[in-house]
Amino acid sequence: MTVEEVYQYLCELLGEDRILGLEAGARDPFVIVAPESIAVVADVLKNDSRLSFDHLCDLCGVDWRAVPERKVACQEPRVEVVYQLYSFTHRHRLTVKAKLPRWRDETEKTLPEIPTVSGVWAIADWHEREAYDLVGIRFIGHPDLRRILCAEDWVGHPLRKDYEFPLEYHGIRGR
Amino acid sequence: MSWIDGRFEENLIITTLEQATNWGRQSSVWPMTFGLACCAIEMMAVGAPRFDLDRFGAGAFRATPRQADLMIVAGTVTYKMASRVRRLYEQMPDPKYVIAMGACTIGGGPYFKWGYHVVKGVDLVVPVDVYVPGCPPRPEALLEGIMRIQDKIRAKRLAKDKPDVLPVPHHTGRVRLPEVAAS
Repeated sequence: MTVEEVYQYLCELLGEDRILGLEAGARDPFVIVAPESIAVVADVLKNDSRLSFDHLCDLCGVDWRAVPERKVACQEPRVEVVYQLYSFTHRHRLTVKAKLPRWRDETEKTLPEIPTVSGVWAIADWHEREAYDLVGIRFIGHPDLRRILCAEDWVGHPLRKDYEFPLEYHGIRGR
Repeated sequence: MSWIDGRFEENLIITTLEQATNWGRQSSVWPMTFGLACCAIEMMAVGAPRFDLDRFGAGAFRATPRQADLMIVAGTVTYKMASRVRRLYEQMPDPKYVIAMGACTIGGGPYFKWGYHVVKGVDLVVPVDVYVPGCPPRPEALLEGIMRIQDKIRAKRLAKDKPDVLPVPHHTGRVRLPEVAAS
């Protein structure tokens, strides 16, 4: 199935309020999903016999922050979770994106939240830990959401565009 | 020691204790098996037959810091690794020496500006004796670094108040430019 066919099929199954749209003009077309229903959509994507996306190639977080002086600045600041899927049975692939606000609360800097898909694809466990560690996305229902690359007592999420580099870490000068 | 030379029968060698210990130490610098990143591949090449670190008595890579004299920090040191590097250094018996191998270990290298996780030079964590620059350094450069460590060992004085006098390297690495004939 092509991405357009997958999108039509998903809309029939789950409705327009869960499947928000299709970006067909992009070089790598992707389907946009409402973040709160990503677990339901993932379950359908894996277990439906016509789709059966049994392999999660990659799960990553992307920070889009509006930078005024840059030309390629994006218009809406957001954090995206990108799911790259592949089906070994049907040999088709799909990109799914979920858009989140950069912070759940702008003043208190609480992390944005999205349901986990680690119950659907087990590999998402570590991928979600990485996205939590580096981009700062909290995955609701994750069995063990700890930092995976940085040290346990690290402050901040380094791949955020507004990340402040530490001046020192355990007595070692940083900058 | 010319006054004592030639006064004994053959196969009897006269030396000073200082020279004997320094000779023994410099001819058996045992490095620690300890590679952090890509520089470690080059360090393995130095240990392998082509460059043959064993010629200098430094080929016995020890798998424990307690038997090692030399720590070759080969590769990027992250903040997470820094405490382990420090602990390994402290577990080594005296006298101990450290070579900082490669750009990352000397000063952060390509990670200096944007590497949020990289220690900007391993000399912020452990005292470094010899810096070997390069990304990664050629095996010859590491051999040169080990020879400089040997120089440092040879300069060690046992007496209480005698300062260590480091020898000038017999070749400094500086290439003399060829003379160009005036046209």
